[in-house]
Amino acid sequence: MADAVVRQPGVARPASARKRASLHNILRRKSTAAFLMTLPLILLITLLVVYPAFYSLHLATLNKSMQRFVGFGNFEFLFRRDTFWLVVKQSCIFAITAVVFKALIGFIVAHFVHNIPAKGQRKWRGMLLVPWVIPPAMSTLAWLWLFDPSYSAFNYTLAFFGIGPIPWTGDAAWARFAVILVNVWYGAPFFMIMYLAALKSVPDQLYEAAAIDGANWWQRIWYVTLPMMRNIIAITTLFSLIVTFANFDIVRILTAGGPLDHTHIFATWAFRVGIEGSDIPLGASVSLFMVPILAVAAIFILRDVNKRGNEA
Amino acid sequence: MADVALRKVVKRYDDVEAVRGIDLDIADHEFIVLVGPSGCGKSTTLRMIAGLEDISDGDIMIGGDVVNDVPPKDRDIAMVFQNYALYPHMTVAENMSFGLRLKHYPKAEIKARVTEAARLLDITDLIDRKPKQLSGGQRQRVAMGRAIVRNPKVFLFDEPLSNLDAKLRVQMRIEIKKVHQKVRTTTVYVTHDQVEAMTLADRVVVMNKGRIEQIGTPNELYHKPATRFVAGFIGSPAMNFIPCRLEDVGGTLQIRLTDRIAFPLPPARAARYNALPRTDKLLLGLRPEHLTESHAHLEPGVETFDTVLDVTEPMGMETLVYFGLDGTPVCGRVNPNAGAKDGAPMRLAMDLNNMHLLNEESGVVL
Repeated sequence: MADAVVRQPGVARPASARKRASLHNILRRKSTAAFLMTLPLILLITLLVVYPAFYSLHLATLNKSMQRFVGFGNFEFLFRRDTFWLVVKQSCIFAITAVVFKALIGFIVAHFVHNIPAKGQRKWRGMLLVPWVIPPAMSTLAWLWLFDPSYSAFNYTLAFFGIGPIPWTGDAAWARFAVILVNVWYGAPFFMIMYLAALKSVPDQLYEAAAIDGANWWQRIWYVTLPMMRNIIAITTLFSLIVTFANFDIVRILTAGGPLDHTHIFATWAFRVGIEGSDIPLGASVSLFMVPILAVAAIFILRDVNKRGNEA
Repeated sequence: MADVALRKVVKRYDDVEAVRGIDLDIADHEFIVLVGPSGCGKSTTLRMIAGLEDISDGDIMIGGDVVNDVPPKDRDIAMVFQNYALYPHMTVAENMSFGLRLKHYPKAEIKARVTEAARLLDITDLIDRKPKQLSGGQRQRVAMGRAIVRNPKVFLFDEPLSNLDAKLRVQMRIEIKKVHQKVRTTTVYVTHDQVEAMTLADRVVVMNKGRIEQIGTPNELYHKPATRFVAGFIGSPAMNFIPCRLEDVGGTLQIRLTDRIAFPLPPARAARYNALPRTDKLLLGLRPEHLTESHAHLEPGVETFDTVLDVTEPMGMETLVYFGLDGTPVCGRVNPNAGAKDGAPMRLAMDLNNMHLLNEESGVVL
């Protein structure tokens, strides 16, 4: 209002000057400065995430030779293939079983580490993190040798007890077990370290109060530890679910999807049909199929976290 | 309800003895306060009674039974922690009823007990809230409520008011006293605040360096301290300790404070101290309220002297005056209308009828 009153007689003021002034004002705004400062990151994310995401959406609508728009044609084709549903099933089994065991083992190991006196704890923490810090492509190679049907350490050891030889990667059930085992071995330390941090943030006095209230160790875990860790458990599980669903390297190296596609998961099968089978649009469709599944899980878990976020 | 007894209780951490052989008898219904500076072993003692710390030596008895190896949940005690230790994911009612639910009490009884405790503590309106939605004072009430609903043999309080502001602390102190008057459960209360100890306790246990210095009613500790530590710890401002020696002058026993200042002792005091060797290094212990402005009519045993005040602190109902006697800082309490001013000379009166005489080396009150 005041501006308008002042400007009315200001006819003499040139339009260019006014423009410059408003530009100056925009630049001076805090939000503008913030935007400019985050611009490099926004550009980077656009380049590395948004563009590929939309590009794969675009790809998924093309025919095999990428010449013609086929709409949902690729998806229709996928839904009619048994292998696709096998992959869906296997991805779910792989991700859910692996995450459950990672969480369980991580939780138990975190408790053990938490109870080690502070002096020795760092050493144990460091050692237990090793599986997680070795590049999985390399550690899986080591596992591949361990699983070798003829010369492996596992079968050699089991032979002493009269067991085996077990076709670790040759039989569908054992191959699924093997890839899940390696994934659990690789991922459990992440859970362990997250749960350990969460455990450390639970005040000792809550346990003391519970002990006086008459809770035994199981009740202390159920009524104190777990509720206090719920948010960390939820977020870690969600994060791990996403990463495990999208796993590629372990399956690729250990079984390459075999035997007879019985260990393929979304990422490895997308690679098989997309890159090895030279049908990039179909591969893109396979990998896109994960998105809605994970999005639904993420919405539910994050909503729960948000609801309880203000409690602690 | 039950009595509690500690017999030669020791707590060792590696090489350090935190508690060095404590003997203590707490009667049924009694409100005992353990008080002392940080690191004196008072909290450790409480935690040993609770069963949260193992005892290294000695016996702890609750209701006549030795509970050394009994886990906390089976000792039938309730504890209120300094930081409340409320379960953040439970409502006030759930927090209070947690112990009862674990013991599978009937639902109706749990509800009745929680309602009764909430009414007693005036937190009925808060019963469905989560701890995060409560103020510090309200959380403290809930923590007390959690203890009350259990109807335990013993209440243990571990510095429950330390996290509250000064005004709320006074208010909650009165609340705790009221609650104890109603429920009459044997209570052991730990604090480092001597005012809390004096105001709440039936008997106060003053602890220092892992030992009990003195056990007594608040009045006993204030008027008849056994050691220099107790004399200095109880009372605010603290008791003055002035180096002195005894002299015989013309058949009367007198106490010499400085080269210039010496007073004859009142007859009762003279009789009490007459046997002491004159060579001992002694301390005159005198509370600030026994160092006041001089009057025209002084009672026997009250002696006057002139000094120059260093600093005065007007408190409203009284003025604290600080001055030096041969380099020893001394504090007195004078009437606000007595005209005490910073740096001004003043004639003060020393009430020797209320004096204490201490051995400087041993710290024992003679």
